[in-house]
Amino acid sequence: MNVPEADWTTAVLWLAVVGSGIYHGLNPGMGWPLAVSAGLMNNSCRAVFGALVPLAIGHFLAMGGVLLPFGAVSALVTWQTEIRIAAGFLVIAVGLYLFVNRRHPRFLARIGPAHLTLWSFAVALAHGAGLMLLPIYLNLCRAEELDAGHIAARTLMGSNLITALEVSVVHAFSMIAAGGLMAFAVYQWLGPRFISKSWFNLDTVWPLSLILVGAVALYSS
Amino acid sequence: MNVRPDPSFYATAKLAMEGPAETLAFTLILSPDGSQPDGLAVVDVDPNSKSYGQIVHSLFMPNTGDEFHHFGWNACSSALSPLSGHAFLERRYLIIPGIRSSRIYVIDVKDPLNAKIHKTIEPDELMRKTGYSRPHTIHCGPEGIYVSTLGGGGKDGTEGPPGIFIMDCETFEILGRYEIDRGTQDKHYDFWWNLPRDYMVSSEWGLPPQFENGIVPEDLLSNKYGHSIHFWDLHARKNIQTIDLGENHQMALEIRPAHDPAKQYGFCGVVVDTTNLEGAIFTWWRDDTGKFHAKKTIAIPPVPADPADLPDLLKGFGAVPPLVTDIDLSLDDRFLYVACWGTGQMHQYDVSDPMKPKLTGKVEIGGIVANAKHPNGKEFGYGPQMVEISRDGKRVYWTNSLYSTWDDQFYPGDRGGAMIMAQAGENGGLTLATNFFVEFPKGYRSHQIRLEGGDCSTDSFCYPSV
Repeated sequence: MNVPEADWTTAVLWLAVVGSGIYHGLNPGMGWPLAVSAGLMNNSCRAVFGALVPLAIGHFLAMGGVLLPFGAVSALVTWQTEIRIAAGFLVIAVGLYLFVNRRHPRFLARIGPAHLTLWSFAVALAHGAGLMLLPIYLNLCRAEELDAGHIAARTLMGSNLITALEVSVVHAFSMIAAGGLMAFAVYQWLGPRFISKSWFNLDTVWPLSLILVGAVALYSS
Repeated sequence: MNVRPDPSFYATAKLAMEGPAETLAFTLILSPDGSQPDGLAVVDVDPNSKSYGQIVHSLFMPNTGDEFHHFGWNACSSALSPLSGHAFLERRYLIIPGIRSSRIYVIDVKDPLNAKIHKTIEPDELMRKTGYSRPHTIHCGPEGIYVSTLGGGGKDGTEGPPGIFIMDCETFEILGRYEIDRGTQDKHYDFWWNLPRDYMVSSEWGLPPQFENGIVPEDLLSNKYGHSIHFWDLHARKNIQTIDLGENHQMALEIRPAHDPAKQYGFCGVVVDTTNLEGAIFTWWRDDTGKFHAKKTIAIPPVPADPADLPDLLKGFGAVPPLVTDIDLSLDDRFLYVACWGTGQMHQYDVSDPMKPKLTGKVEIGGIVANAKHPNGKEFGYGPQMVEISRDGKRVYWTNSLYSTWDDQFYPGDRGGAMIMAQAGENGGLTLATNFFVEFPKGYRSHQIRLEGGDCSTDSFCYPSV
């Protein structure tokens, strides 16, 4: 069977969307311990899920907030390569910034436990979680474009915006599935001891992930 | 920064109880007349060690007149907060305020036997950045390190109300005042909180002129010391409710919330009831609507005495008041320890039902009139004061000095700083350990104790004990 190259690329990129979602979800900094806390505080399994919903919404909004503007400008067909290069540099720059500056932004600490959606949104934004997705997304747009041949800019923009939403949904869904599974396992079986046991310092790995994603984006553009 | 969370951070109070026992204690020592620099004594509390019960290291400050009182860690189990966690901080620095000088020392105790000054914050910097003076209680919270103060601006600390300020948990820079809306709060002492439920509770001693040169009897008898506790929306930094315990309940000091954040109650000790000289414990709690309540659940009567045996301050009363000056709650929220500094008693109450405490143990040591000796035959000098419980709840340590000028009024003369320990029974009961009696250098008194790896008045836990 002969599978077109663009299909392979698309499949790999979607896998990357799901994979980065799992990575974000398992990072305690993105909120799964909040769901454990909610479950334990209310002594109810439903409270675990109750906390996961706003966390997922906040994460989705942070992804969409980064991808949609790029979706809008990516319709400028003649500048596609430049946009991808700029995005790659932006991701690397944020990665470098986070690598050097390990301080937790104070505004995050100002958000109380009653505002989980805002908290999840702000945390994802501050850690550049959406940026990690950006090169993957731009390449998805390119793959679709290659697949469809040259189409009208307006159609392309519409399709890119839909892709941005799709990517955000799929990513946020895999993020909350992974984080939710973790939260549920800790709540139900592993116990709170696992919270400190599973918490690794990603202060180095996380910015490096951004730099890596940005570098791959530059290479492939 | 660590790769894994500091092993002394525990998600729940129950996990902290199951952790390894302390091998070192850090005790503040102070020169009551300011003639020598104050210091930090490192005490060996490992019963298997050759130097058990001895001071194995002392660090003295480069200044005099600080008057060390309370202190705390730069990081505790609250670093595992799911909301604002700093899981990779190290429990490494002790933040030691001078309550008289308003100077703050940050001491690096990573190598406890080589403890050294990491940073000093001078009083004018504290004043410039916060308008507060006389720093006191330390807790690690969502926005950094929170420090309560007893004084406002000006020479005598009465220009503006005292309050809480926040320090950065990594650089120890003073970030500024905590309060956005303090409501009626105009005095301060202790504070603590329930992090997942996002509320804080604070208490009141008195303003600096009411304590710095000794207790002011006229102020006490006209009920001018603090007698209210304040409840705050922790993140909104807003006073949401104030409960007046009654003006006769003078000096509402230590705030001890249940360590398990699923429980929405705690305790507050009141030094003296001016109508009958009793000491009191109030239980406060939050109901389902979010409203707070408080009720007196322990009253400790005074002990009649011959005026000839009493210091001038108490001669007119013919009795020794218990003077509840410190309380501490075991990590399982089961036993509340109450220091009766006046009568020379340490009480242990079973507070499994926080509304109905039961006296389960008592130790008599020191006391204004009783002057009970330690089982090893030594004089204890003063009465039981700052009390600290081991994480496993089996050992209860305490020292004997309240505050330099107050010591002199209630216990005239220099009687020597001491630190002792009692063993707590599994189901209550309290027995002094005969082989643990720490004496501090001549001319020094002893105040708060912090245990290596955390204790029962340090760590805030973010997950319920299950």
